[in-house]
Amino acid sequence: MSAPPDTREVILEARELTREFDGVKALDRFSFQLHRGEVLGLLGANGAGKTTAMNCLLGLTLPTGGDLFAFGLELQRHRIQILQRSNFSSAYTALPGNLLVGQNLLVFAKIYGVKDPKAKIAELMELLEISHLSKRVTGQLSAGESTRVNLVKAFLNDPELLMLDEPTASLDPDIADKVRKVVRKVQRERNIGILYTSHNMRDIEEVCDRVIFLHKGRIVCEGTPAQILARSSSSSLEDVFIKIARDGEIVDEA
Amino acid sequence: MNLQTISALVLRYLFLYTRTPMRMVELVFWPVVDLVVWGNVTVFIQKNTNPEFGNFVLFFLGGMILWDIMFRAQQGVAISFLEDVWTRNLLNVFVAPVRTTEYVSATFIVGFLRIVVTAIVLSLISWFGYTFNVFTLSWWLIPFFANLMLFGWSLGMISTALILRWGQAAESLAWAIPFFFQPAVAVFYRVEDMPAWSQPIAWCFPPTYIFEGMRDVMKSGSMNWSYLWTSAGLNLLYLALAGWLFLWILNLTRKRGLLTKFATQ
Repeated sequence: MSAPPDTREVILEARELTREFDGVKALDRFSFQLHRGEVLGLLGANGAGKTTAMNCLLGLTLPTGGDLFAFGLELQRHRIQILQRSNFSSAYTALPGNLLVGQNLLVFAKIYGVKDPKAKIAELMELLEISHLSKRVTGQLSAGESTRVNLVKAFLNDPELLMLDEPTASLDPDIADKVRKVVRKVQRERNIGILYTSHNMRDIEEVCDRVIFLHKGRIVCEGTPAQILARSSSSSLEDVFIKIARDGEIVDEA
Repeated sequence: MNLQTISALVLRYLFLYTRTPMRMVELVFWPVVDLVVWGNVTVFIQKNTNPEFGNFVLFFLGGMILWDIMFRAQQGVAISFLEDVWTRNLLNVFVAPVRTTEYVSATFIVGFLRIVVTAIVLSLISWFGYTFNVFTLSWWLIPFFANLMLFGWSLGMISTALILRWGQAAESLAWAIPFFFQPAVAVFYRVEDMPAWSQPIAWCFPPTYIFEGMRDVMKSGSMNWSYLWTSAGLNLLYLALAGWLFLWILNLTRKRGLLTKFATQ
């Protein structure tokens, strides 16, 4: 029996999204919907198309085909309005390392038009247990501290849509666990829709409501983690990931 | 355009200057080195020629100071962009609700602030060290500075566009591009002293009119107003062309997917 349709508002939608690089399709007619309050995991091996998809969704790369909508608005035409209601954090970007943490966060709070920036920053830093870092130089933070500072930046504007690109990459298990818990807590409290990429299957199992597996730019598998496991004979999502990365499909799908 | 966004971006660059005093040193050090070299050359010529010519050669110092004004305006735009590249912050800015016009405006303001610092330092040193009072240029200074700043902004946008297109490998262009123009805009000599074939080229650039005007003002106390209007008109044209080039290349980097590699490299 198939799952009932999700009736929550669609806040992000890709229709037949295609992106070619020199004749090679990094994304091939990729379609999905993200609902308000849902955490959608985007999975796949290196080169599967996750980063390209994320870049298209952020407006950093223009698709060669298909359409993108957020909050019902066409992304390219309403980019600024959409970005005001969204935010992004990646393990691969950084806030300027030569500024103090508090200075960096203040700049972004002003960019996002936060009404009482200092109070908001203090509130979020407390939530992420990094209030003591405010006067520290950003470039001298540990990977875990840096990730949490990036998350404060990502929550500054109370986003309705959040894109997290491998937020737990390079974190030790303890810090990764804290990050997952705080992401889930804030997401539930504020009913945020999150698009989440990760290579860490623990992340996916704990954080994501639904996942999409990409292989060579196409969706090869989609569903809740439990549904995907039920469809394969694999005992873990990690095994499913490996099968898809090697064979391009869940070969023993029922 | 949202003024709060622009002020936030300017604040980010001001924090940078207060956090890293070496950047302030850079802002002052090279102009002072230039001033000392040209000042000493001027003093040498003054002592070894007749007094009338000795007085005339002060235009070396005037040319050097005005050139630096233009250069600092260009650097304000190009280096502000590079600061975001060097600190891997570019992606954060491009995925924030920042319009291209707001981003460019913030770099323009940083360029203007750099000019103010440089102009004050150079004016004081040239006055006390070489008895050259830049304010002998009187009210002409305002349109001179404004026109040179506008051309500096145009060159800043062109430098940034080229770095966007070719990545960090091209970042030396941020310093080199103004010097492509230096021989052509008659900073230290009159246009009529340039080779005949290069004179029409010189008149294509707005700073040429300013440097010629500066020499006229220093010599006779006035200048041809048409120089100012022509310079201003050409500046508007160059600003429009530089803005178009910047937007075209930014769009091209998005189409080719270069922006993300560039922003996270």
